[in-house]
Amino acid sequence: MSRPNDGPLIDVRDLERTFDVRRRVEGRRRRVREQVVAVHDLTFSVDAGEMVGYIGPNGAGKSTTIKMLTGILVPSGGEVRVGGLDPSRQRVDLARRIGVVFGQRSTLWWDLPLRDSFELLQKMYRIPPARYRENLDRFVDLLDLGAQLDTPVRQLSLGQRMRGDITAALLHDPEVIYLDEPTIGLDVVSKGRLREFLRALNAERGTTLLLTTHDLQDIEALCDRVIVIDHGTSVYDGSLAGLHAQGGSRRTLVVDLVDEAPPIDVPGAEVRTVEGPRQWLSFPSDASAAPIVAAVAAAYDVADLSIQEPDIEDVIRDLYSRGA
Amino acid sequence: MGDLRTYGQIAWLWIRAAWQYPTSFVLLAVGNGLITGLDFVGLWIMFSHLRDLAGFTLHEVALLYGSASLALAVADTAIGSVERIGTYIRTGRLDQMMTKPVPLLVQVCADQFTLRRLGRLTQAAVVFGWACTYVDWTPLRVLVAVSMLVSGALLFFGLFVGFSCIQFWTTDATEFANAFTYGGATVTQYPLSIFPREVMVGLTFVIPVAFVNWYPCLYLLGRSDPFGSPDALQFASPVAGILTMVAALLVWRTGVRHYTSTGS
Repeated sequence: MSRPNDGPLIDVRDLERTFDVRRRVEGRRRRVREQVVAVHDLTFSVDAGEMVGYIGPNGAGKSTTIKMLTGILVPSGGEVRVGGLDPSRQRVDLARRIGVVFGQRSTLWWDLPLRDSFELLQKMYRIPPARYRENLDRFVDLLDLGAQLDTPVRQLSLGQRMRGDITAALLHDPEVIYLDEPTIGLDVVSKGRLREFLRALNAERGTTLLLTTHDLQDIEALCDRVIVIDHGTSVYDGSLAGLHAQGGSRRTLVVDLVDEAPPIDVPGAEVRTVEGPRQWLSFPSDASAAPIVAAVAAAYDVADLSIQEPDIEDVIRDLYSRGA
Repeated sequence: MGDLRTYGQIAWLWIRAAWQYPTSFVLLAVGNGLITGLDFVGLWIMFSHLRDLAGFTLHEVALLYGSASLALAVADTAIGSVERIGTYIRTGRLDQMMTKPVPLLVQVCADQFTLRRLGRLTQAAVVFGWACTYVDWTPLRVLVAVSMLVSGALLFFGLFVGFSCIQFWTTDATEFANAFTYGGATVTQYPLSIFPREVMVGLTFVIPVAFVNWYPCLYLLGRSDPFGSPDALQFASPVAGILTMVAALLVWRTGVRHYTSTGS
């Protein structure tokens, strides 16, 4: 897709957003007006065709950023440009070129069958009929939605609804798609299929993807690049491997012993928690689990073992406690 | 123009969806017609005890009642959903609408479009039509009558949109807004001469619903204002309608830019 400007597709500079919040204060009759900073001094840019994970703990400012990128919220300061447009001032023009999926809130019309929702979107985006039919057939086929097309949205399962929402966001061939927690609540099979679909979309059509998620596996499967935001500002921008290295994240070995025992003592790992016969051992992510497992199995009577990957929250928490 | 077409397409989809349950659709429309019909029956009964109401006869009151109801029904059908923006804000629906390439106001007004008010519309049209047979028509009166209905609808559009915007600042203000929109509409169903002068001034310059029917109907009936206001006001409805609409759109724009969305 050619655009007149050759700069990055998404360009965010010194972005700010504050909210006025009224708060009740003990001993005062009137509520006190307070300014809360949601996004502060945020700068990043994304080139066309990139797949970027936008992550951070709850309340870090992820949704606020997405809302400013789509023009829903007006920034309090700084600059945003998406495809050369100022989102809050040129919201309607921009809408034609972007797709948005809010994982927890459907864009579909609750009482209408999927097919009607899609048709309505065709009218709204003025998608040429031939293009519309081609896209619809393709997405319905890829996302396996054929049997649900005539079902009212309220009767769909969460996974079906999510696939419907993603189709809805893509029918008009957007240049960028923002996905806010797209795999939340989905089962493993649905998650896998969805990721595969998004990867194919990026490969075939060059669609730029900005993904917010709590699921590290979404990021691992899809994103070459991660932006971590905390307290409203970017604290990391780079590859996922780099994030792990920087965060010094740790994996966890969960050991179920046959009998209760004092904390396990093996080289390379330390016990974090003991609960009856179950113990949690933590070890660095870049170390191999094999020697630790072998050492534990050699010294103790083990009923079961499992390894937990570090979750994104831990990685960020580590990163943050070291950085700040 | 393109936006009007989109409005029509969205509305049509909702009509089609409602038609999936034809019985419930018909019952709703008929019920709505009956309720508003009883409204006028009340007036009728009142007039069986009175010769006139503040100097106005039954068919004169019917003209006032019919024109105001007609304007309200048209406005309510076309953009009645705008009162729901508080709900749209709370549920995040408004955020969804803001990511679509259609002006927000068009989407909000067309969403869940319903012909439920068809009953009210029919009833208003019947009363108005009956009252019209008592009017001594001239070409200028026809023109004033047509512009009255258009401006009346515009005025109610403006009031609905303008007062709904309060919800951008404080959600849950529907009742407060209704006091002005539906309240204003109820007031116009009677000759304004039953009210004290101060109310009359308020309904002319503050919430200008007097222009929906009162002033133009005075012209249609060949009467001068019992309060003695200038006759020029009888032709001023289009101006009042357009001014209200422009003010409402400005408030809407400010509201949207002030919009702070919800968490998550």
